[in-house]
Amino acid sequence: MELPAKTFRVTRADLVRYAGASGDFNPIHWSDRVATKVGLPGVIAHGMFTMALVGRAVAEWAGAPDAVVEYGVRFTRPVAVPDDDQGTEIEVTARIREVTEDGLTRLDVTATCLGDKVLSQARATIRTAR
Amino acid sequence: MSLDPSFVGRTYPPTAPYQVGREKIREFATAIGATDAAHHDPVAAQALGHPDVVAPPTFPVIVTMAASRQIIEDPALGVDYSRLVHGDQRFAYTRPVVAGDELVCTNTIEDVSNRGGHGFLTTRTDVSTVAGEPVVAVWARYVIRGEG
Repeated sequence: MELPAKTFRVTRADLVRYAGASGDFNPIHWSDRVATKVGLPGVIAHGMFTMALVGRAVAEWAGAPDAVVEYGVRFTRPVAVPDDDQGTEIEVTARIREVTEDGLTRLDVTATCLGDKVLSQARATIRTAR
Repeated sequence: MSLDPSFVGRTYPPTAPYQVGREKIREFATAIGATDAAHHDPVAAQALGHPDVVAPPTFPVIVTMAASRQIIEDPALGVDYSRLVHGDQRFAYTRPVVAGDELVCTNTIEDVSNRGGHGFLTTRTDVSTVAGEPVVAVWARYVIRGEG
């Protein structure tokens, strides 16, 4: 079963806010000069910011902020965030892989940016809503 | 430079306690757009059976990323930070982190390998309270890109 898709807009301002909140001040997430010097197309989102947004989607699907039991991803492709008001967009979808008898639901999650997968092996286990 | 596989299984001394603040959880939740009341309002969190506001699922990375410097900056292991790429991240929760927790991290090197000129490092961080109650286990896999 497919769950309803969720879309998250990501701008440079979001990256600055996440850097401050998370303590991850790696300049590839705020400086085009540094990002291009290491071969990136420009400033990219923190992988953990993408993971956090996907985690938000998972919690919303679960219907509870404390229902996530296990959550893992592989970062496969950077999310480039242009320096404009629109930024970019991450689309998150999920499929229910299994509902166990002991009250857990396992999800296979897909996250894409401009049609490209940015995560692989993204899986979450949530407590099944009662 | 390749990574030394003899580091597999090495466990580091527990880190100094990290005090989880209510405002830090609110700040983190706001930064990721998580608006559920349980992240912001202690009364809403208490209605779900928690003592104080509940952290979003990836919040523990604030604590574990700082703690993992023990490994990444271990001169004996010799990771070149400028070539480090975050490959995988996984969390297995005993319970959510809540405001008021005092968290201690115990880092273990779970896997080290070298393939195709790149180094691969998997770390496991067991996050528990100062009283020894397990909260979340966190795995990270890093790729240390080879030169050239």
